Amino acid sequence: MPADLRLEKLRKEFASPEGATVVAVDDVTLEVEKGALVTLLGPSGCGKTTLLRMIAGFEEPTSGKIYFGDRRVDELAPNVRDTAMVFQSYAIFPHLNVYENVAFGLRMHGVSKGELAERVGQVLELVGLGQLAKRAPSQLSGGQQQRVALARCIVMQPKLLLFDEPLSNLDAKLREQMRVEIRDLQQRLGITSVYVTHDQIEAMAMSDVVVVMNAGRVEQVGSPREIYARPESRFVADFIGDANFLPGVLLDTRTVRIAGATLTLADPLQEQPGASVVVVARPEAMNLARAADQEARPTGTLLGTVRRTTFLGTIARYMVAVEGLPDLQVDVASPAEAGLLAPGTRVTMAPGALHALAGDG
Amino acid sequence: MLKRGWQELRIIARDPILLVLVVLIIASLLVFVVWPLARVLLKAFQAPDGSFSLANFELLGQRRLYRNALRNSLVVGGLVGLIGVVIGYIAAFVLTRTNVPFKRVLHTLVMLPIISPPFAGAISILFLFGFNGLITRRLLGLTDFSIYGMHGVVLSQVFTFAPIAYLNLRGVLAGLNPTLEDAALNVGASRWQVFWRIVFPLSLPGVASAFLVVLIESMADFGNPLVLGGASFPMLATQAYLEITGSFNLARGAMLAGVLLLPSITAFAIQRYYLAKRQYVTVTGKPTASTSKIVSPGAKWFLYAVVVAFAVVVIAFYAVILLGAVTRVWGFDYTLDLRHFRYVFAVGWDTVKDTIVVAVVTTPISGLLGMLIAFLVVRRRFPGRAAMEFMSILNFAVPGTVAGIGYILAFNGPPLILTGTLAILVLNFVFRYVPVGIQSGIAVLRQIDPAIEEAAQNLGANALTTFRRITLPLIAPAFFSGLVFAFVRAMTAISAAIFLVSANWNLMTVQILNEVGSGRLGVAAAYSMVLLAIVLVAFGVINLIVGRGAEDATSVRF
Repeated sequence: MPADLRLEKLRKEFASPEGATVVAVDDVTLEVEKGALVTLLGPSGCGKTTLLRMIAGFEEPTSGKIYFGDRRVDELAPNVRDTAMVFQSYAIFPHLNVYENVAFGLRMHGVSKGELAERVGQVLELVGLGQLAKRAPSQLSGGQQQRVALARCIVMQPKLLLFDEPLSNLDAKLREQMRVEIRDLQQRLGITSVYVTHDQIEAMAMSDVVVVMNAGRVEQVGSPREIYARPESRFVADFIGDANFLPGVLLDTRTVRIAGATLTLADPLQEQPGASVVVVARPEAMNLARAADQEARPTGTLLGTVRRTTFLGTIARYMVAVEGLPDLQVDVASPAEAGLLAPGTRVTMAPGALHALAGDG
Repeated sequence: MLKRGWQELRIIARDPILLVLVVLIIASLLVFVVWPLARVLLKAFQAPDGSFSLANFELLGQRRLYRNALRNSLVVGGLVGLIGVVIGYIAAFVLTRTNVPFKRVLHTLVMLPIISPPFAGAISILFLFGFNGLITRRLLGLTDFSIYGMHGVVLSQVFTFAPIAYLNLRGVLAGLNPTLEDAALNVGASRWQVFWRIVFPLSLPGVASAFLVVLIESMADFGNPLVLGGASFPMLATQAYLEITGSFNLARGAMLAGVLLLPSITAFAIQRYYLAKRQYVTVTGKPTASTSKIVSPGAKWFLYAVVVAFAVVVIAFYAVILLGAVTRVWGFDYTLDLRHFRYVFAVGWDTVKDTIVVAVVTTPISGLLGMLIAFLVVRRRFPGRAAMEFMSILNFAVPGTVAGIGYILAFNGPPLILTGTLAILVLNFVFRYVPVGIQSGIAVLRQIDPAIEEAAQNLGANALTTFRRITLPLIAPAFFSGLVFAFVRAMTAISAAIFLVSANWNLMTVQILNEVGSGRLGVAAAYSMVLLAIVLVAFGVINLIVGRGAEDATSVRF
């Protein structure tokens, strides 16, 4: 069964004002399963929006192919591709009311009056705008405009739903709420979706698959858990969540030596013993404890001194200095209960969920 | 670059309607804008036997008549530019940055000359200062004062073109950031220093731009010099006309037209490519005016008096025309009589009808074409886009005389014979006045989120449907001002029109000049009044239909 969306060596080059060639998307190959929500995640300028726009048809690829199912689409105009896109600015038609905005696409496709009214009504109810059908866009809040943009797309029952950073203009609380609603809707309707964002929390919360991009290339593809627990490069480890990078030496596929301590990896690294590695240690998995004895260090632990303490409500964030390593960030939950450690305190850390990267990462 | 052009071509080829439109528009621009221009230049460089020759241009150096015409046109242009900018600056400053009464009335009055025939000023001046002038003969009893010559031309052109400088400078001055004044005053500058060192330098690019626009208008002006120039004050535009219609010498006429073209294109190029980059204000739709703090009450009321004086002159000039239209014989018999109007509606009715038909046909074509080109230029990429934009704006810099001569050279023989038809008038007007619609369309489009049009495409609309249902409603204000401008200009055009009228199609403006030439000032005045009335009615009608008001036109061309 062909994947619902397939990108084959998709490339986009631009001419910079000075005449040089800028490669925005560098031979990207990707497959998206039917019904999945795939997020393109990366920093500004990584090419994710360009990639999305090529799928929609607003940018012409320099080379490469795009398939919807087994139908090749990269040569088709954007108005015949059967995709629906939610734009970052919502792009609501300012001179049409909510109903007419949502109905627009159906009118373009010549849907009959009766069917049109039924479908528009249903979708408006679905997104919670049933009462606002006659409102003008200027009278809508940001969140409501967002829903109109969403409704306008869903009513088309498209093959592919595309999202271009749709939540970036909303405040934090609303963003969280809409995240859940969009994901629920997408899963309920089972529409294959491609979602672009630079917000890793959005990506983690909503996606079936995360595609991490950097400088036009795909760094890693995987589920949120995979990306987080087993990042394949330093970039991915650093971009998703916070990370400590500990230089060390591989003893065997499952063991490393870091700053004199022997630590166990959560997943094996297939490299020769003796190889230099960088180990990714997440701040929340450091297992920090007050050092029982000023000098003693139990096996499998690192010994350090707290340099800085920051109380962040849900966590206490410690900056811990360890001899032979860069300063470590350690997050400890529920500090209200456990009590804060003052700078200068000697501590031990038994880091878990360690993941090694060959070389420098 | 070729590869990119090919890619762009493939993209628009996916939307066949778009491709056809682009091809048609570029073809029309080539045929109706570039080709006539080329014909003028070709003719200017042509010897009687058809070979390439500079003989015509040598005449420029040899004949004193031509040298004087060139010199006069430049001097008058510079003078009118200067005076016009001064008046325009004062008016713009007073009406946008000070707290004075009757702003709307004064604004309307100062703008009034723009919607009348460009030589209405000349007619009024004849009424007032001519040999039988109300002021010169009646009031002052002068018998040998001649208004003809430089002073007459300058006076009438200042009256006609200062409002254009005002219009351009309004946007500039209203867009100046008032906090800059505050900042300067705050550190101890005197009011004069603030003006001279802050406000004026910031508005300088706008001033230079306005000066150049008025210069271009003045040099291209045909009606005023024809009426008030007189035999001893030749000017390029009128001389070119006389060479063709008087001496039937197309080559020399084309040469003079070519000479006229040069300063015009230079000024245009400077204004567009050099000054546009140096504008220190951004005019985005409605400028927010605020009261300037650098005018003392005394200075304010003095400047206000200047503006009021200009407004009074406008009223006086039009009052005089009205008076001239309803009196029997100006200078001799001032009994009220409607005979001139009766004449216009009896004998002249065909001309009135013709003019209205031409204007009514030109207006929607020009308006729509302008919006379409603006849409294509801003929102679509295709090979030839830059060329399309350039060609469509080119007519800003081409004086009407040149365009008129170009059209009779280009369309007087196969393959396209249009002389003597309605088509030649409509085509000439459409392509001469479309630049303003394009400019304001482009300005408005740049403010609309392009994602809106992409969304329409995404939902299934092709380029034409997107334009019709999404873009056009959103750029209605620009569309409206494009329509109004086209109609007014079509009604009041003279410099190109005078070459293109025929037995079948005559225009009121041409007729007015004929009447003036024959000494029948009363009839000329009556025609002018009727013309003014038609323009005002049309303004109201278009306002009703399209529904928005045009606040700021970018530039005006005759």
